[in-house]
Amino acid sequence: MSASLTDSPATQVQRVAAAVRRRVLEHTLRHNGGYLSQACSSAELLATLYLRLLRLGPSQGPQQPRPFAGVPSATNPAACTGADYNGPRAPDLDRFIFSPVHYALVLYSVLIELGRLDAEALAQFNRDGSTMELIGAEHSPGHEVTAGSLGQALSQAGGIALARRLRGEPGRVWVFMSDGEFQEGQTWEAIAALVHHRLGNLALYIDANAQQCDGAMDDVMGIEPLAARLRAFGAEVHEVDGHDSEALTLAGAGLGSGTRPRAVIARTDPCRGIDLLRTRAPQLHYVRFRDQAEFAAYGELLARLQTADAAEVAP
Amino acid sequence: MNPPPYEVVTRPHRENLIRFGAAHPEVLVLSADLTASCEADGFRAAWPDRFFSFGMAEQNLMGFAGGLAREGFFPYVHTFAVFICRRPFDQVAMAIAYPNLPVRLIGFLPGLTTPGGVTHQAIDDLALMRLLPNMTVLECGDATEVESVLAVAQAVPGPVYLRQLRGELPRLFPADQPMRLDHARVLASGEDVCVLSSGICTEEALRATAALRAAGLGVAHLHISTLKPFTDPQVIAAIAGARHGVITMENHSIIGGLGSAVAELMATQGSGRRLLRLGLQDCYAHGASRPYLLREYGLDALALVQAVERLTGSALGIDADTLAAVRPQTMASAEKTEDL
Repeated sequence: MSASLTDSPATQVQRVAAAVRRRVLEHTLRHNGGYLSQACSSAELLATLYLRLLRLGPSQGPQQPRPFAGVPSATNPAACTGADYNGPRAPDLDRFIFSPVHYALVLYSVLIELGRLDAEALAQFNRDGSTMELIGAEHSPGHEVTAGSLGQALSQAGGIALARRLRGEPGRVWVFMSDGEFQEGQTWEAIAALVHHRLGNLALYIDANAQQCDGAMDDVMGIEPLAARLRAFGAEVHEVDGHDSEALTLAGAGLGSGTRPRAVIARTDPCRGIDLLRTRAPQLHYVRFRDQAEFAAYGELLARLQTADAAEVAP
Repeated sequence: MNPPPYEVVTRPHRENLIRFGAAHPEVLVLSADLTASCEADGFRAAWPDRFFSFGMAEQNLMGFAGGLAREGFFPYVHTFAVFICRRPFDQVAMAIAYPNLPVRLIGFLPGLTTPGGVTHQAIDDLALMRLLPNMTVLECGDATEVESVLAVAQAVPGPVYLRQLRGELPRLFPADQPMRLDHARVLASGEDVCVLSSGICTEEALRATAALRAAGLGVAHLHISTLKPFTDPQVIAAIAGARHGVITMENHSIIGGLGSAVAELMATQGSGRRLLRLGLQDCYAHGASRPYLLREYGLDALALVQAVERLTGSALGIDADTLAAVRPQTMASAEKTEDL
């Protein structure tokens, strides 16, 4: 449900983030599996981007998601973009590029809380023939590029930022990334190019949850010290608590006025809001319930969260 | 086509790219530390605001190209063919080909044209690019095609891979007969054998077809410059009219390039003719001069004569000396070591 207009921005973020966690938990239960820890780590970050940082126009996408209309090709004019859920393209409006697209369910849930997508849209989630895919692609709501091969979206966002600068547009480019993508060499190629071409109209927000498919990043392939590495490449770096909406907002202030690309490392907790997950660490990448008892425990948690939410919004 | 000896044109792409840039302000050139080596230095000097250097980082380069194309620009990526097709293959597929964006990938040093060895010789580029959905695949065979190919590429609404030539090039085809998309050049007609050649192999093939005709053989010869799409009815007709069969000749692996495209076409048409594929026989090459490599890997005029003999089952009495007599004078200058 939409945040009340009378709330402070931080409260709105808090409300949206809680709702996103609830909704992702609900669908993880419904499908007996899902990218649940990603919702826990990124809920405030994505909510802050949409509510407090991005300059977006109203959604141009249908409230009920489109069925899949085929891949882009010269012979398929029906191919569509999910970017229209982020508003129209205009010189003064921002662009949002979503890189770790296995977070798709989190993004769909954010779009629902912001009224850009109908709450019933998730009935289509991961259904054959729908654009609401498990791993989003550029036809999926809120997605602009096809980024499932991780570490590729930042370069494409760089091309968009360069084009916008060539055209003299004041609108900026915001990229949401996961920390695991900093294991890919292309990410560092992209940082070097953003700095070299002085693309100060681009910011990347990194969900640094320190988790990846095989387990804890430090055990799989460390990327630290990430802030020092990014600074050494020439980026403007901010390192903040990724659940602190004020800090996330401050880190994005004034983007577009300088010539250095900005990197915001949002340190996050992959179990935030769902403590039950902690027993599964470090295997948090994709949650599939092991037995009925575990399923029931998460089901009870969902019921408690929903009751609390209902009590909060009751008059 | 022109009679030998052929006019030699020096660096036609370099001059053409400058002219093309003047006519198309929406065109950008993106480079990966091989700017002069890919003859893009003239464009850089003429249009510095539309030239972007990305260093040796091709994966990122492909993403930037895709992003710029999404915004309405036409990025012309210049680097060696191996560095377009091998290292950043996933990026070309996901950031350019899948979204059907009008990025033009200009790949230099096709096959055995470089003494740079296996790392620099693109023997698999046509195969890799041909199998990407949405991708159009072009290859130049002479100076006239180099001068006209950018207009062909620019008219394509989606992504284009262009296998390009540099340096001193013969003008095999009249300057007023530009390359056309999916349209072969019929160089000779005949009903015994059909030769389909592409790229630099056409110049080699021309030496052999002259000798074959002198020996009384009817040889149809078509030059192919569009590898995908591959639907030209002239090609279908030439294959159907060849009594003994078809020979393809390409500066590329016999897997995935012209030979494969022709095999697929013949099988689909149910032609029932034999097919011999000259090219790299599923093997890598090494660093050496171009004439040496063309001989070693069976891609010169003599190799074509021998293939015709196999197909017709008769000895033609044409040897290397006979062919040397018809070697076009322009070949001498191409033998010098190229600048990498």
